[in-house]
Amino acid sequence: MAEKLLKKGNEAIALAAIRYGVDGYFGYPITPQSEVMETLMEEMPWETTGMVVLQAESETSSINMLYGGACCGKKVMTSSSSPGISLMCEGISYMAGSELPCLVVNVTRGGPGLGTIQPSQGDYFQAVKGGGHGDYKTIVLAPASVQEMYDFVGTGFDLAFKYRMPAMILSDGAIGQMMEKVELRPQVQRLTDKEIAKKYGDWATTGKSGRKANFISSLALEARDMEQINLRLQSKYRIIEETEVLFEKHLCDDAEYLLVAFGSSARICESTVEMARSKGIRMGLLRPITLFPFPTRIIQAMLPQLKGIMSVELSAGQMVEDIRLAVNGAVPVEFFGKMGGIVFSPEEVLNAFTAKFNL
Amino acid sequence: MKEELIIAGFGGQGVLSMGKILAYSGVIQDKEVTWMPSYGPEMRGGTANVTVIISDKRISSPILNMCDTAIVLNQQSMDKFESKVKPGGILLYDPNGISRHPERKDIKVYSIDAADLANDSGISKAFNMLVLGAFLQLKPILEMENIIKGLKKSLPERYHNLMPMNEKAIRLGMANVKEVK
Repeated sequence: MAEKLLKKGNEAIALAAIRYGVDGYFGYPITPQSEVMETLMEEMPWETTGMVVLQAESETSSINMLYGGACCGKKVMTSSSSPGISLMCEGISYMAGSELPCLVVNVTRGGPGLGTIQPSQGDYFQAVKGGGHGDYKTIVLAPASVQEMYDFVGTGFDLAFKYRMPAMILSDGAIGQMMEKVELRPQVQRLTDKEIAKKYGDWATTGKSGRKANFISSLALEARDMEQINLRLQSKYRIIEETEVLFEKHLCDDAEYLLVAFGSSARICESTVEMARSKGIRMGLLRPITLFPFPTRIIQAMLPQLKGIMSVELSAGQMVEDIRLAVNGAVPVEFFGKMGGIVFSPEEVLNAFTAKFNL
Repeated sequence: MKEELIIAGFGGQGVLSMGKILAYSGVIQDKEVTWMPSYGPEMRGGTANVTVIISDKRISSPILNMCDTAIVLNQQSMDKFESKVKPGGILLYDPNGISRHPERKDIKVYSIDAADLANDSGISKAFNMLVLGAFLQLKPILEMENIIKGLKKSLPERYHNLMPMNEKAIRLGMANVKEVK
């Protein structure tokens, strides 16, 4: 068995990037995720795997470096926190339009604006509904442990390359700063241009030699052409919604009431469920792991057994809208949350729940 | 076994690293662990705290409202965390610099003169290890052998020559913890 280390979530992201054979990391420091680049700089992967680690002059630069690297078929990633991700949204939209894979890690903090450095989940809409302009999606993974921070780097890249689109890890300051046990996976070799073409298809701009030129752009001035691109993107998103939903259920089999929470909120809600059960309330927890694609059908399938749902988020209530769309009025959907970097305790969640459902 | 612990004091007292050593020792003893630091404005204002959970089973919330044990190393932390100890739980503190001593009667209160003892023994840098020793005397949840391994894992290699001093400090703390009635 591999050795288990004690690492911060942010450190796990960096170690996973090296071990997964990532070609390049481009970033700019911001609390609470600065340990990602700090760990990469300490590990010096350019001496071992040949991975490039570069501090750009701004977040706008780093996302455009990702665009360049991704055009060449390389596994490229960045990480930042909320205000930095806002700066990157233009680039993410361009990459979605150009059908380029990459991994963006958001270790969110409280907003809006420069906000605070404390944990928040107020970037759900930005991550799941677009963030940049145009009709596009990114695959969004929400880790709830340090091990998942590590593992979702690989999952994110696999999905990004499978569908040729940006993937995002939507974490928060709590998961980024927390230390837990983490088991490192075996080192994966970085791929050559030929191996990339064989594994993911020959679309990258790697230098034309005896093949038709590959052309990558998000610009199609002719509206009919742009419509075709949009239709292709949308059909891809429908396939992802059908096939790539990830979630975890906790004590849901006989549940009459359901908490829905992701990331650090889900960890807190696990304790709430245990407390509720000890008081005889049949409560379960659904933890969406992919936020896009959202586990709409999973929620719908549970509706016959449920008397009520409460969405628990570190925000003013964002994911709750997707739950209400899924539920479509079949059972009451309530919300409990805190904003601006304040984190609720398991007891506060339980008190809110019993008040809202008069139990 | 499940121990939910909050350690709080001034930045620079080694609060976060004490928690890290405990957590790493837990990993070595094949326990589940979480280590959740304060990293926000309160840290920049001079106080630091960390929540450490060590358990035989999967840990749900790494964020606590109430704890089994609070280790308190300055007055601000006493004001903040005395009320956060579960009834029947433990509050361990260094009276040095404390002007308002704990008042609760439904918890067990212990003291360790860690700052004075560390200074008198010429190991003031290992102050936090005295406190750790005092805690382990009260709650022997991890084996000494694993604590030493955890300590070694947590210390950068250039400080490995300080291992004997740290071990001495842990044992000094174990021998000098006192119940406050």
